[in-house]
Amino acid sequence: MKLTGRDLACIRGGRLVFEALDFRVDAGMLLQLRGRNGAGKSTLLRLIAGLARIAEGELALEGGAPDVPVKEHIHYVGHLDAIKPALSVVENLAFWARLLEGEEVAALAGRAAIDPPAALDAMGIGPLADFPAAILSAGQRRRLSLARLLVAARPVWLLDEPTTALDTDGQACLFAMVERHLSSGGLALIATHVDLPLPAATLTLGVRQPEPRPEVEPA
Amino acid sequence: MIGAIAMLFRRETTLALRVGGGAMMGAVFFLTIVAIMPFAVGPDLNLLQRIGPAILWVGALLATLIGLDRLFQADHEDGSLDLLTMTELPLAVIVAVKAAAHWVTTGLPLVIAAPLLGLMLNVEPAALGAVALTLAAGTPALTFIGTIGAALTVALRRGGLLVPILILPLTVPVLIFGVSATNAAVTGPMAVSTPLTILAGLTLLSVVLAPIAAAAALRLAFD
Repeated sequence: MKLTGRDLACIRGGRLVFEALDFRVDAGMLLQLRGRNGAGKSTLLRLIAGLARIAEGELALEGGAPDVPVKEHIHYVGHLDAIKPALSVVENLAFWARLLEGEEVAALAGRAAIDPPAALDAMGIGPLADFPAAILSAGQRRRLSLARLLVAARPVWLLDEPTTALDTDGQACLFAMVERHLSSGGLALIATHVDLPLPAATLTLGVRQPEPRPEVEPA
Repeated sequence: MIGAIAMLFRRETTLALRVGGGAMMGAVFFLTIVAIMPFAVGPDLNLLQRIGPAILWVGALLATLIGLDRLFQADHEDGSLDLLTMTELPLAVIVAVKAAAHWVTTGLPLVIAAPLLGLMLNVEPAALGAVALTLAAGTPALTFIGTIGAALTVALRRGGLLVPILILPLTVPVLIFGVSATNAAVTGPMAVSTPLTILAGLTLLSVVLAPIAAAAALRLAFD
């Protein structure tokens, strides 16, 4: 399996975020996205996840399940955690487990999904399973959204600053998860500002200075 | 796919029933509208009896639009909508399931409450049944048409009042045939089946077309 982007460009709100961007991620490989704030790391991940429009260039996933759209191969964990405070922790996770699962794609992930209570245990929030998600702290919410990666097997992981709000235990847990995912043939793109203790290729995005607006002569 | 649809439906109804002021808010709003009408119209029982079905329909129309603005906005704000687009469910199906769940938790209580509230307006027993029947046939159309407005305003922070403004003109045909079917059932001379079938046709049409239009509107919000 191979994910490639060729000559990608993205325009958001009339501003060119990046252009002529090339990357390639093979199975078992981790690509970390570096760059200053506003460089377009999150935008690139959203672009790959099909959540932002590609202005130019091509994005291709080779070796995916035929007749299944690219975005159904992808796990996306962004800044928004998609957690409903009114549902219990395990209800939140069980919902996404059911909606994100897919047989053909799971076969490609090389690793079986685990059921929601076991995933909560793996993320260290098992005892909170039956509490409303409203009581979770920021770090616990992050652990709950990362637990989505375990309950549905998908071969491509896009993680947007996944270490935010996580304590050292949580980060170790996350890195172990990513390592297992890579060793079973998955691939991952992680936008981050911390040094990952994992072998990774790096793609650095530069900040584009907004072009000065044309001067308008006063009438 | 059926399992995912059932899961989404169950989550939507659970959320609507669990979040305070969600589902029952529409029914209480309906009660309020109907309760203030006699004060405005005056204690003329004959007049109330004549306009009662129309008041019930207008009240149900306004109450259906309660909470519609949050239908997609809540999911948009917490990132759920992003993830929902990455599932096997097409966006139009997601819209349809959410609308169906919204109708069950908001529209259905109105249908059940309408005959009881009709008693406050001196509506005669035959008309009570007719109002409940026409509301059952017509309110799904209101909810589904409303999804278009909800989808268009999904990215607006204060879009709450914009949804009724966008949607009310589109609901006029439903209102016309809903009230005329009720009147036909009570006073005649037209056969009730004529406006009722048109009403049912409007509902079926909106159930099919509105999710497609709403899904297109939601895609605009992703840029």
